[in-house]
Amino acid sequence: MLSKKQAKIFFLGGTVLFFLIFVAMSFHSLTVGIPQNTNADQLSDQVKQGKLLWDKNNCMGCHTIMGEGAYYAPELTRVYSRKGADYIRTVLNAPEGWGPRGRMMVKYEFSEEEVDAIIAFFEWMDNAHLNGFPPEPSLEK
Amino acid sequence: MKFTSQKIAYHFFALSMLLLVLQIVYGFIMGFAHMGFDGLHEWIPFNAATATHKNLLVVWILSGFMGAAYYIIPDESDNELFSVPLAKLQFWSLAVVGVIAVAGFHVGWWEGRKFLEIPRPLDWLVALNVILFLVIILMTLLKGKKQTTTAWVLTMGLVFAALLYLPGMIYFDNLSVDSFMRWWVVHLWVEGVWELIMGGILSYLLIKLTGVDREVIEKWLYVIVGLTFLSGILGTGHHYYYTGGPDYWLMVGGIFSALEPLAFLGMTIFAVQMYRKGNKRHPNKLAIYWTLSTAIVSFLGAGLLGLAHTLPGVNLYTHGTLITAMHGHLAFWGAYASLVLAIIAYSMPLMTGRKLHDNRTGHLAFWMSNIGMVGMTMAFAAAGVAQVYLERIAGYDFMVAAKETQAHFFVLIIAATVFTIGVLMFISNFVKFGKPVDEALQPEAEFEAIQG
Repeated sequence: MLSKKQAKIFFLGGTVLFFLIFVAMSFHSLTVGIPQNTNADQLSDQVKQGKLLWDKNNCMGCHTIMGEGAYYAPELTRVYSRKGADYIRTVLNAPEGWGPRGRMMVKYEFSEEEVDAIIAFFEWMDNAHLNGFPPEPSLEK
Repeated sequence: MKFTSQKIAYHFFALSMLLLVLQIVYGFIMGFAHMGFDGLHEWIPFNAATATHKNLLVVWILSGFMGAAYYIIPDESDNELFSVPLAKLQFWSLAVVGVIAVAGFHVGWWEGRKFLEIPRPLDWLVALNVILFLVIILMTLLKGKKQTTTAWVLTMGLVFAALLYLPGMIYFDNLSVDSFMRWWVVHLWVEGVWELIMGGILSYLLIKLTGVDREVIEKWLYVIVGLTFLSGILGTGHHYYYTGGPDYWLMVGGIFSALEPLAFLGMTIFAVQMYRKGNKRHPNKLAIYWTLSTAIVSFLGAGLLGLAHTLPGVNLYTHGTLITAMHGHLAFWGAYASLVLAIIAYSMPLMTGRKLHDNRTGHLAFWMSNIGMVGMTMAFAAAGVAQVYLERIAGYDFMVAAKETQAHFFVLIIAATVFTIGVLMFISNFVKFGKPVDEALQPEAEFEAIQG
């Protein structure tokens, strides 16, 4: 029968071992895997400004990107290739706020420079390798 | 209650109840918005509502954990709390930071990072607050007459929860790196160190409520939390499938995510077996109900519903849909919300001396809140499955799918109403207990006193 001491060794040993493996995999992901998959060398100042605006306005509070967010507004990972820069510009500049099918987006007053930065951010995102996400609809006609 | 300083827990529990009510209010705002009724959009747009809803959840659960620690650690270490004035300072600073954060969300002072929206200047105040809390808990434990496994597991859970907040305070230009480190915080909290806290509190409750030998309970506590880390740490990989991480996470995350329900199943078997082995004469039936439901519902919500969508082939389609909301609601309710309600249900009679631990209101609160939450989970599931088929498989536009799933949010709101009535009844019992009193001091161990 398992003793309390053996149970403690199982807990401490297992935790330390798996945490070390996790740290090593995380290190590889952060230094090699993610930079390659996301074309980190193409992170221009404009893309960085776009990401900052993405965070600052909590766009993730409605949209999802890379599948992460709040499920209230469309997934934007591939929005650049799906809708194009002009469409994104129109949405961001909508004078009364964008409101497709009655669901309202917050009304923003971005400068042209900021709009360009957000578009650059989406373009950068568009080229990221995400293991096939979002999937191609299998029943789409 | 063995020590008068344990009464400080009441403040944290009261704050938890207040924030829970607010969280529910924002949940309704979001539910109605999904149905197409977003009349508050000008003042509380959806992104403000969701930031508030999620952060209130984190803060009320943490406040509940802190209250639990302030109640449990003096008892377990057989010592008065290190400093009640410092604990009061920590309480008020937590409340002030919480109010500022919530107010800030309404004027756009936030960071767009799910669950970690609190802006970085406030993060430093949160960190100071948590350091103060940990100093009080550690000093109490170290100066105590005894140091039990239960107390150490709970304390270590709290220490590591604080340490894991740090990676979330770093800014990254690369969204993928940002997401990667965000899950270091959020996943390793909820499927890692928070389960240490959960194990510690459950173990304490089971020792007190069943009278089973401490050595037996604590031995199994080690096994359960061992299983949690064995599966949960590398299980983080299911957040890295489609967010820019290397493809080996598909295999590693898939295997260890499949093991994650075992830890929750272990928790369930642990709690139910201890209850069956123990003496069933404890009068606090409501605390027993909440304790057992924590173990059972967490397995269903976090374990089974998590497994339902974390395998890579499934997750490719469900990732970023309402299926996640389905899992998230029952998981948080079962594992952490119910746990906080369990320790409140257990400790309030002992802190106030009022024996409202087997009354009709309390039982109705238990059943209505649980049934309501199961109903909400089913509504999210129906909406999520419909969204997956319409948007991800049939290729309809997001808003087309959203329109088609509006009816499910009507069902969600009905279920949420039942849930809310249950929660309000729990709070009404909480209010009826009144404030803790010194007269409730009972130097003997609580279980023996009741048996005697």
